[in-house]
Amino acid sequence: MKYFYLVWSNMKRRKLRTSLTLLSVFVAFLLFGLLCTIKEAFTAGVSMAGADRLVVRHKVSLIMNLPVSYGTRIEQIPGVAQAVHWTWFNGIYQNEPKNFFGSFSVDPERFFSIHPEYVIPDDQKRAWLSTRTGAAVGRTLAVRFGWKIGDRIPLTSPIWPRKGDGAWEFDIVSVYDGAQRNTDTSGFFFRYDYFDEGRAYGEGLVGWYMVRVTDADRVTEVAKAIDAAFANSPHETKTESEGAFAQGFVQQVGNIGAILIAILSAVFFTILLVTGNTIAQSVRERTEEIGVLKALGFSNVLVLALVLAESSIIATLGGFAGLGLAWFISLGGSPIPAVLPVFYLPAQNIVIGVVLVLGLGILTGILPALRAMHLQIAVALRRHA
Amino acid sequence: MTSGNGVLVRVENVEKVFRRGSEEIRVLSGLSLEVPQGEFLALMGPSGSGKTTLLNLIGGLDRATQGAVHVGNERIDTMSDRQRAAWRARHVGLVFQFYNLLPVLSAERNVELPLLLTPLSKSERRAHVETALKIVGLSHRQRHSPRTLSGGEQQRVGIARAIVTDPTLLLCDEPTGDLDRMAGDEILGLLQALKHEHGKTIIMVTHDPHASARATRTVYLNKGRLTSEKPE
Repeated sequence: MKYFYLVWSNMKRRKLRTSLTLLSVFVAFLLFGLLCTIKEAFTAGVSMAGADRLVVRHKVSLIMNLPVSYGTRIEQIPGVAQAVHWTWFNGIYQNEPKNFFGSFSVDPERFFSIHPEYVIPDDQKRAWLSTRTGAAVGRTLAVRFGWKIGDRIPLTSPIWPRKGDGAWEFDIVSVYDGAQRNTDTSGFFFRYDYFDEGRAYGEGLVGWYMVRVTDADRVTEVAKAIDAAFANSPHETKTESEGAFAQGFVQQVGNIGAILIAILSAVFFTILLVTGNTIAQSVRERTEEIGVLKALGFSNVLVLALVLAESSIIATLGGFAGLGLAWFISLGGSPIPAVLPVFYLPAQNIVIGVVLVLGLGILTGILPALRAMHLQIAVALRRHA
Repeated sequence: MTSGNGVLVRVENVEKVFRRGSEEIRVLSGLSLEVPQGEFLALMGPSGSGKTTLLNLIGGLDRATQGAVHVGNERIDTMSDRQRAAWRARHVGLVFQFYNLLPVLSAERNVELPLLLTPLSKSERRAHVETALKIVGLSHRQRHSPRTLSGGEQQRVGIARAIVTDPTLLLCDEPTGDLDRMAGDEILGLLQALKHEHGKTIIMVTHDPHASARATRTVYLNKGRLTSEKPE
């Protein structure tokens, strides 16, 4: 620590240059943090997918429906523990397209047993079972619209008009939470019996089935068995793991991970050059001072450490400030919950960010530090003379 | 620290050759010199005669191509870079023509620099710095930046930095070369006081006969060789 003032004084030598370098590192790590948050928002469904769950959908397309009777048949297939149907509703609140969110009709009796990631109090679950128009909404969605239990919510659906062209009306009986931080709590779930009776067409059809298998090691085998059971029928199925199903949705947007890596690689490569050049220039300007330090008895290794300390402090101050702000922004919740319902900076990405900060500090300082280390005293002092 | 016969510095048949591309420049050839403990030696000679090179070899800042350099009981030309750095920190004080203070540090912080390499505590370092600045008469300017000090004052800070670790040997490379006559005289008086009152052995490179007159002995370098006579 006794050398700290020496390092700090050198950083203060050209305040503007140091400030701009700090700013560039800060922006790079802020971007890193926010992009990681966005990536998590897109891929949360993939990472939260149950290893023992399969999704059974129509072989042709997800938009084509399956008979509700398939549920019983699927549950008779060896290896299947439970099958629960979902139907995409595409609900819109107050007829405003921007008030769009994920809304689904489900079987309330079985829904939460196959989805332990959604946490619902027992009394709210009982209320849902006893209320035909009842809906369970996620905490994120409830906060977004300021909904609370007891509110009556009118929704319209461009896919599923109601008989008589009226709006669908739902009574909020539950606000569920996520078992984990990255659980999506932006969903709106309501009862299938109410939906099936009220829709203008498509009676007896469901969107897809979520299937829980008895043994997670047998998902491939069970998936094949399900598809085989419905082969050559009017509604052939395609069964895949929940993770693959969620990944398919993410890839409709693009390979988020690859896009993220490409952007960040460009940013960090630029920062590496900018910061490295700044440190190198700063050391070049101090050649004779480094010669003096060595003449006074500072060893080569100590000089190397002092230069590396300088680059590391710049990377640490800028990097941690950027990561910190990204984390702070993520605490405020999603700015666009309709698109990015899960919005937080995962701890794993914070650790990666810290490693990048430390790596940047070393990488940007190593070349000028080695140059300073190998500087010959007589040569350095001769420059001034 | 002397080698037994009162000699502190013994340079034996030293050669120093610099290479510039394929060209060899022989700066010192077959040079030998002994400096007794407590002597104030002036080293004179024309530009390019090898004065600073010799000073660098004695101070362990550079390595001789051939020959041996002994200071006290230690042969410094065969030490590793790390050993020479540690040796310099313990035994040598350096005073430069252009002071070579770090502009971002105050006078006291500049003086403290060599003490950072010692195991002294912060309060001990502070006490040493205050003593050194008192010796050079700059106690009242310790918190000043080098930019706010005159040339003579900056050189006093440089001398305080050189003596703060209480080294045996002071090596001064044209310490008055950048000063006016009055400030130069003050610095020379200070060096004399360090010899007389603190027993320092001083080797001073200078162009100035007025400065060399303050030394106890003057030797001349010409074309890499020592003479006792001033070269024509």
